[in-house]
Amino acid sequence: MVPETWYLGLGAALFVIGVVGVIVRRNPLVIFMSIELMLNAVNLTLVAFGHRLGSPDGQALVFFVMAVAAAEVAVGLAIIVAIFRLRQRLSVDDLSAMRW
Amino acid sequence: MSVVTFAVLAVIALGSALGLVFRKNAIHGALFLVVNLGTVAALYLSLGAEFLAAAQVIVYAGAIMVLFVFAIMVLIPGKEETGPDPRRPYRLLALPVGAALLAELALVVVASRGADTGAAAPTPGGVEAIGRLLFTDYLFPFELTSVLLLAAMVGVLLLARRRAG
Repeated sequence: MVPETWYLGLGAALFVIGVVGVIVRRNPLVIFMSIELMLNAVNLTLVAFGHRLGSPDGQALVFFVMAVAAAEVAVGLAIIVAIFRLRQRLSVDDLSAMRW
Repeated sequence: MSVVTFAVLAVIALGSALGLVFRKNAIHGALFLVVNLGTVAALYLSLGAEFLAAAQVIVYAGAIMVLFVFAIMVLIPGKEETGPDPRRPYRLLALPVGAALLAELALVVVASRGADTGAAAPTPGGVEAIGRLLFTDYLFPFELTSVLLLAAMVGVLLLARRRAG
């Protein structure tokens, strides 16, 4: 039997890889996929805690996270497509209009 | 679940996550992410969350990743992120930041191991338990989810519309 702590460690490692991806990459699509990676790491942690506590609440939370992630991906990709139509380039370094 | 199975799944998950972050080609990254999501679904299964494992494969690996692959195919002609990086010194800072975050999280996990005593509680009753929970205690958030998805759909249609003139 694998202790839940290992799942927490794996979730932490996946989360950190996602953070590094968000910082390092220039393509907004890859940054978006790194965010998905972080969401998944947190989901894994939630399921592990739910398993530990013997309650299905963790799984219900993960269900809501999945629904929000689906909505977020749809809106985010639409925004990226709209920006691409406007600029014909795809790099987060070009998108500084809202930066002070 | 045996330690060996967990180790194999963990190595695949970490390797595919690293592949997503460090491969230059976005399509390769998307396929690595599919592998990663499938592995996490297997881990859900090992934790007794059958419903989430199925939902993970259908929603994430199925719907969301298809959307990603479509967007990549439409938006990125050929290779991406070519040419010299104008902000390389800043990006190199990501490595110490990531290392610090990893150390912090590892510290939390290791420190919480002392509390990991006593027999694990019985596993929740799978699909039936989560379904019951969703339609009783979490009924209001569940309905809100449908409103959220509808709002997202309408918003996407509005954003993707071609402006006349």
